[in-house]
Amino acid sequence: MHPIVKLLVQRIALGLLLLLAVSAVIFLGVEALPGDTAQAILGQSATPQALENLRAQLGLSDPPLTRYFNWLGGILTGDLGKALTNGADIAASIKPRLANTLFLAGCAAVIAVPLAILLGLVAARYAGKWPDKVISGITLSTISLPEFVVGYIVMYIFGVKMGWFSPTAMTFPGMSFWDRLHAVALPVIVLVLVVLAHMMRMTRAAILNVMQSAYIETAELKGVTPMNIIWKHALPNAIAPVVAVVMLNLAYLVVGVVVVEVVFSYNALGQYLVDHVTKRDLPVVQAVGLIFAGVYILLNMLADVIGIIANPRLRHPK
Amino acid sequence: MADDLLLNIKGLVIEATAYPPGEPPKDITLVHGVDLALKRGKVLGLIGESGAGKSTIGLSAMSYGRGGVRLAAGSIMLNGREIRTAAPTDLRHLRGREVTYVSQSAAASFNPAKRLMEQVIETSIGHGLMTKAEAEARAVTLFRKLGLPNPETIGSRYPHQVSGGQLQRVMTAMALCPKPDLVIFDEPTTALDVTTQIDVLAAIKEAIRDTQVAALYITHDLAVVAQVSDEIMVLRQGRMVELGTTDQIINAPREDYTKALVAVRSIEHEEKPEAPAVLSIQNVTARYRGTNFDVLKNITLDLPAGQTLAVVGESGSGKSTLARAITGLLPPRSGRISFAGRTLSNETKARSMDDLREIQMIYQMADTAMNPRQTVGDIIGRPLELYFGLKGAEKQRRVQELLDQIEMGAGFARRYPAELSGGQKQRVCIARALAAKPKLIICDEVTSALDPLVADGILKLLLNLQAESQVAYLFITHDLATVRAISDKIAVMYKGAVVRYGQKSDVLAPPFDDYTDLLLSSVPEMRLGWLEEVISTRKMASAGN
Repeated sequence: MHPIVKLLVQRIALGLLLLLAVSAVIFLGVEALPGDTAQAILGQSATPQALENLRAQLGLSDPPLTRYFNWLGGILTGDLGKALTNGADIAASIKPRLANTLFLAGCAAVIAVPLAILLGLVAARYAGKWPDKVISGITLSTISLPEFVVGYIVMYIFGVKMGWFSPTAMTFPGMSFWDRLHAVALPVIVLVLVVLAHMMRMTRAAILNVMQSAYIETAELKGVTPMNIIWKHALPNAIAPVVAVVMLNLAYLVVGVVVVEVVFSYNALGQYLVDHVTKRDLPVVQAVGLIFAGVYILLNMLADVIGIIANPRLRHPK
Repeated sequence: MADDLLLNIKGLVIEATAYPPGEPPKDITLVHGVDLALKRGKVLGLIGESGAGKSTIGLSAMSYGRGGVRLAAGSIMLNGREIRTAAPTDLRHLRGREVTYVSQSAAASFNPAKRLMEQVIETSIGHGLMTKAEAEARAVTLFRKLGLPNPETIGSRYPHQVSGGQLQRVMTAMALCPKPDLVIFDEPTTALDVTTQIDVLAAIKEAIRDTQVAALYITHDLAVVAQVSDEIMVLRQGRMVELGTTDQIINAPREDYTKALVAVRSIEHEEKPEAPAVLSIQNVTARYRGTNFDVLKNITLDLPAGQTLAVVGESGSGKSTLARAITGLLPPRSGRISFAGRTLSNETKARSMDDLREIQMIYQMADTAMNPRQTVGDIIGRPLELYFGLKGAEKQRRVQELLDQIEMGAGFARRYPAELSGGQKQRVCIARALAAKPKLIICDEVTSALDPLVADGILKLLLNLQAESQVAYLFITHDLATVRAISDKIAVMYKGAVVRYGQKSDVLAPPFDDYTDLLLSSVPEMRLGWLEEVISTRKMASAGN
């Protein structure tokens, strides 16, 4: 077997194992909370008999291990259980919200990732000179402001003053792609501003690190233009650290944007999770927690895989 | 005629800003007004020790200052144009088209993420000199001329897939591909094994002759430059010492400094007679963890007390691994190591304090072998505390004695390693080893990173110390001149095994086995025509190719 295939298989197996471990942690964490679902439904004043009956009905009186495997088996078959608060099927509720989350994250990523890398390259090319300082200054100030502040500023300028976009990002089923795009424009702008700095800084640092290498001097002595040196000689050797940071930011775009969702009243997974945390709706919290963990593990695994593939020593062994 | 002059440097002054520890930055002058002229198709050797400014001057022919170096004054005319003050865009057009560069470490100078061919033809295409097909055809021709294996396909490999000697040839091909007027060779064979160096040197020489390119050949090794250049310029501390034809510099040097360079390795060392061994290695076999081949194969060697056993071989022959086995860092799989009459435990951890004290090591890189945040006094004082429990004034006195022994004055105890020269650093490492009062010091390539004259001083010091204290040396080196200078016994290693072993006079006397013959004949000799002679009479190709 080609050594790189072996490495990749190992890495993916490790990711799956990690996901399994996380599912156990999520289950145990919820299990360790005082009270249980039956208590949460019936409230403090429930009689012991009523609790007993409900537990039997929900399968809560089974041993924890059995319940864990039941839960896990359900997830694997697409059955995430029912929400306690309204009895709705969790999978059905998550589906459109997950789609909304991924749509928003995807739009932000499509703009932010290339833009951040480009800005990073330009900053590295003019390191210490004014373009570098301007880029660093702007991106650092947008990351320093809290998301809701950026959100309200953007909303005020583009939504209220200019009136280009709707200040709230309302979506509904049956909306066309372009309408949907128009609706999420403002949150996308906010998210781009928030994630730009991190990726830009990492690209700049990784490139500058590679620029110390002897082969960069070789390229310089070959008369290669500065931008070509960065693009052709430095970037291919800086991919692994850049991809790692890009993936962390993509994960953030999926799991960490609840504040932005709230600011723009965007109906997505973050809000759904927070709503149900406040209602102590544990099956929902478990399900969404697992999805978020899965996204993190998947993206980081992808970063590792790309890092491995980008390394010529692994791709072309002696 | 001036038209003949490809490169004409006049009154070149090169400056840099130094950042001495604990002091404000200051400007220093690296090159003080050097003149240099090179005709088309000629080869000028620039020779000198480190700090002579030879690389700096070489790179100035591309109007390039490495690491903040400034070409401060003077004139650099290339092809009749002033390039010292030329604009960056003009320099880009000239670099890689009119002048190209071959560096010491081709391994570091190739982009690890790109195939060799892409890098070799980059300039020819980027400067619009050739089409891709033409450039590739020329590259293959050059690969063949430089004696690379599989010239048709080697270009599709990545840098890590070919050996160091091959990379150095590929880099030469890369420099020659755009048909430049001038190539700067900056110590192109210094990092190679002696047996590989000779092939690369011959390939470079032939390529220079066939393409009729002019070259600046920079090296610290007079014997090497004598083989390739028409003229030689001797440099010292940024000034020209002497300029002459190769023949004149080698056979009739005028200046004292040049004479010293020519006469380097003047040490005559009489071998001592056979004596009882202090270190006895019997049938030692070892391999690294997770591998399935032996890096040491059934090694048996004896080192008499107060004598020097030189272990010679190319990189990868297992010489340093042998040192690791003796010190217990790589426990042997089988065999026995006895020292001063007792059998040593295989592992370092299991050895007694006295076993540890009596075997000391000195390394190639004195720089990395010392803690940069400790003073020389602390560094030498540490083994005194550890092994003898010395403290306070007593320790100071002993540090002082040791500094005297390595011919360094009292003031050095308070200095930091960064404030010392390369030779001084290595002396401090020797003092640290001596502080433990060892019976055996393992010297691993201790002079390889030093300039010849400095290395000579270190070897003399080691011999004097041996005469005084009867310490034995296991001297690991790839340099046969050093071996001649210092050893009583010699072991020649090749691919993990000892191929020749005995008293110096026996090992260095014919008849030779093929490998020893190759090794001995590969050492550059300071006479014209040596290279051709050796290439035509060799019995065996070198392994490092």
